[in-house]
Amino acid sequence: MKKSTSKTSELIGSPKQKSHQENGKVVENPWSTLRSYTDARIGLGRAGISLPTSEMLGFQLAHAQARDAVNLPLDIETLREKLSTFSAGRDSQPARAAQTEPAKCCTPCPPIALHSQAYDRMTYLQRPDLGRKLNDASRNSLHRYMAEQGGEAELKHDLAIVIADGLSSLAVQQNAVPFIQNLVTLLQDDPQPWNLAPFTLVEQGRVAIGDDVGELLNAQVVLVLIGERPGLSSPDSLGLYLTWQPKTGLNDASRNCISNIRPAGLVYEEAARRALFLLREARRLKLSGVNLKDRTQDGVIENRAQNKNFLLSDE
Amino acid sequence: MSHTYRYILGSHTYQFKDLAELMAKATPQRSGDRLAGVIAQSAEERAVAQLTLADVTLKTFLNEALVPYEEDEVTRLIMDEHDSAAFAPIAHLTVGDFRNWLLSDYATSEVLAQMRQGITPEMAAAVSKIMRNQDLILVAKKCHVSSAFRNTIGLPGHLSTRLQPNHPTDDVNGIAASILDGLLYGNGDAVIGINPATDNVAQAIKLMHLMNDVIQKYAIPTQSCVLTHVTNTIECIEAGAPVDLVFQSIGGTEATNSSFGFNLATLAEAQDAAQSLKRGTVGNNLMYFETGQGSSLSANAHHGLDQQTCEVRAYAVARKFNPLLVNTVVGFIGPEYLFDGKEITRAGLEDHFCGKLLGLPMGCDVCYTNHAEADQNDMDNLLTLLGVAGCAFVMGIPGSDDIMLNYQTTSFHDALYVRRVLGSRPAPEFEDWLHKMEIMGSGGKHVLSDAIPGPFARSLKSVGGGLR
Repeated sequence: MKKSTSKTSELIGSPKQKSHQENGKVVENPWSTLRSYTDARIGLGRAGISLPTSEMLGFQLAHAQARDAVNLPLDIETLREKLSTFSAGRDSQPARAAQTEPAKCCTPCPPIALHSQAYDRMTYLQRPDLGRKLNDASRNSLHRYMAEQGGEAELKHDLAIVIADGLSSLAVQQNAVPFIQNLVTLLQDDPQPWNLAPFTLVEQGRVAIGDDVGELLNAQVVLVLIGERPGLSSPDSLGLYLTWQPKTGLNDASRNCISNIRPAGLVYEEAARRALFLLREARRLKLSGVNLKDRTQDGVIENRAQNKNFLLSDE
Repeated sequence: MSHTYRYILGSHTYQFKDLAELMAKATPQRSGDRLAGVIAQSAEERAVAQLTLADVTLKTFLNEALVPYEEDEVTRLIMDEHDSAAFAPIAHLTVGDFRNWLLSDYATSEVLAQMRQGITPEMAAAVSKIMRNQDLILVAKKCHVSSAFRNTIGLPGHLSTRLQPNHPTDDVNGIAASILDGLLYGNGDAVIGINPATDNVAQAIKLMHLMNDVIQKYAIPTQSCVLTHVTNTIECIEAGAPVDLVFQSIGGTEATNSSFGFNLATLAEAQDAAQSLKRGTVGNNLMYFETGQGSSLSANAHHGLDQQTCEVRAYAVARKFNPLLVNTVVGFIGPEYLFDGKEITRAGLEDHFCGKLLGLPMGCDVCYTNHAEADQNDMDNLLTLLGVAGCAFVMGIPGSDDIMLNYQTTSFHDALYVRRVLGSRPAPEFEDWLHKMEIMGSGGKHVLSDAIPGPFARSLKSVGGGLR
């Protein structure tokens, strides 16, 4: 709910400004123009010292949307259909993703749907331990896949991409597929090939469930795409976690994270570029976590113009 | 030294295998204790545990360490620095007697202040478990704790705010916009404190300079802080950065703190380094600690204790370093530790009471996340209750929405609401500045001026054209 910034600069600081609106005695804040610098809810104005009605109700709407993002179930079928466009399997029906270029086939079969041990949302919210583990049926699905595809030889994958609902199915529903399209393109251009496991879609999953999936799929690296804790102004933030040699029982110190992937945050192209950097570095160094540094941002601080802001300037 | 506690109720004998289990089962219900598997199995068991705990003598807590002395430097700190002379007047009491004593007219603000060093975190936690919300408020209000750096925090009748101008990319103008908004709403006397989006030394130094320049230019009697890791702050000081306050998240066990990457010696080193800068003008309290129930369990470092007892042990760590501010970030951790508005409210009142009783300048981040069963009404309630209880400071953020940390905390408006309904005032030095700048009328009526003060208006004018 960003308000339009239509105030004129003549109003700023003018002692003659007419600050009380016609209706309801709301005092407006002329510095609301500064919202071009931030999404923070500045310059809201006030009724006495309280929030004006419009701002108070706008907040309630944003909170309602964030709450819905937590409770909305992941639409597995739609996601599976979209992701099938990446698979080479005979039975996949490429969806008509008209707005994007057709994806190149890169996974051996259509996505596999999985579920954590948290059987519903209430359990998921109160028992993070259960959201980190696959249920038995899901483990069996992965065992079956490995046996069918591998046969006698030991089946290995370079990379498993796991998509989990996390705390915002909205984030996953909207951002997972376009991000993957960007990443897959980069992976296909990488000089050292990436042999991908089938995509997996996990319901009621937390980040560490990627360790279970990655281990069962015998993957060298696992990337977990997961809905982050929804913010009031960002109910659709997608997070990415990378773990080298995933194995049940690892902790956060062995992961790398890229956060806030969404059109109004870290855009897909940039997120995919950073993910590729981390993937290549993980493969080169054979590790992930605290010792794998994201250097894609080095130099940004140094290169930035002076540390000046408007509060330090005088006319 | 541990032994079994028993309570006979009718034909049923309840047993609690040790003091830790008794404490955990006596704790008012919350999801984190369920997650840890230490919660009472029934409402009756909880009530019986409280009755049993009420009969435990305070001395027991000096003889039965809940986390082994040999394994844990927080336990050693608690035991080694216990002041038995201060403890003497209450040494004969049970936990139940202690509640009566605290509520009694004998326990005045002066008496409570003399007592502080004789009370251990476990004693405070134990008595809080058998106190109702009104008890927690009444006793906390009697505990006067103030601290000072460039202004004085925690005086009776005063409520300060941390201005929290976070920005998801640390954009300097975005941060400055939120600082301006907060100042013009009379917020920012506890500290102007930024959680950096990019957490490294170079970024911290940049943000320190930003805030220092603003504080100097407008001669604001307040202090700044970048909430980065304590070891980063030490590096910032070595690099000559203008460090006012040293921040660190702390927990109640050595293992928790080691998972946070520090120990007591690290904090002492940072405190020494920052004090050597002599940047305080009216006092030299310069540590800023944040805590929150659930952090030990989340670090798998709770030693089988309930989360509230772990939390209060963290206050022993805080107390060692004479902080300016201690902030319990009560609803940030999520519903797996505090499920709903009711649990968050109870935890906020417990933390505030226990901190004040132990002598800390206790503030509270009255907050919730979008996956908790809570909303603004719950925050209004807790904010009001804490205001009544004499909380030293709360957060102030534009429109309650932290766009960097993705949670909701109290707004600039909320602080003015609670000041107005309770008649509480900002830190005196800061209040003088608000009058001088004509941001707020004098006389404690909390009336904001409609016009923008001259110096700020000039700065705004400089960007006004660019915004068109």
